[in-house]
Amino acid sequence: MDDGEGTLSIALFSGTDDKLNAATLLVVGAAALGRKVDILLQYWALDAFRAGNLTKDHGLAPEAGPDGAVAVRRLLASGGGQHWSTVLDQAKQLGEVHVHACSLSMDLLGLDRSDLDPLVDDVEGVTAFMLAADGQLVFI
Amino acid sequence: MTEIATDQVIDARGMACPGPLMSLIGAIRQSQVGTVIEVWSSDQGSATDIPAWVAKAHHDLIEVVEEDGFTRFRVRKAR
Repeated sequence: MDDGEGTLSIALFSGTDDKLNAATLLVVGAAALGRKVDILLQYWALDAFRAGNLTKDHGLAPEAGPDGAVAVRRLLASGGGQHWSTVLDQAKQLGEVHVHACSLSMDLLGLDRSDLDPLVDDVEGVTAFMLAADGQLVFI
Repeated sequence: MTEIATDQVIDARGMACPGPLMSLIGAIRQSQVGTVIEVWSSDQGSATDIPAWVAKAHHDLIEVVEEDGFTRFRVRKAR
């Protein structure tokens, strides 16, 4: 199924639920089409992936504003949407999706490997991430 | 033309993107080659995403039927 379009590399920096949701939709779409996906969790995205933290309320990006917040709450209340962590889990079962924790961000937040959710595969430096980035790089 | 029978129906109405497509992919993976699966979706994204995935994965899109408030996609697992 892989037509050799290269890896989709996502530097995931933001830790708000809307951005995490938008990112995981890209991930699952790429995985469904057989593309390899590499995610590097940095800063506030990494904080969202701490064990026991996934499904907490991570708020919304500032640009959401009050009207945007209402729209997101309405979508969640409809029950039709799945939590982004569930979508990411599906993507990992579907294809070759790897989630790496940025080593510098680990230091910044004072985290150890055991502090992270099992959805995170390993801890990696930016060089290893960039070496594997043979396709597009997306920053969210 | 002989009517093609549906083997399995997935009612994914009310699921948001990418739920219906994920349900289809899961069902295709668990079925035998030749199985005809029908997905019902009220998600607008399915109109583009399901045909795109079926083509990319080299299965057969038998038909797309617009109903009242949802769409039926009939797919045959081809490999």
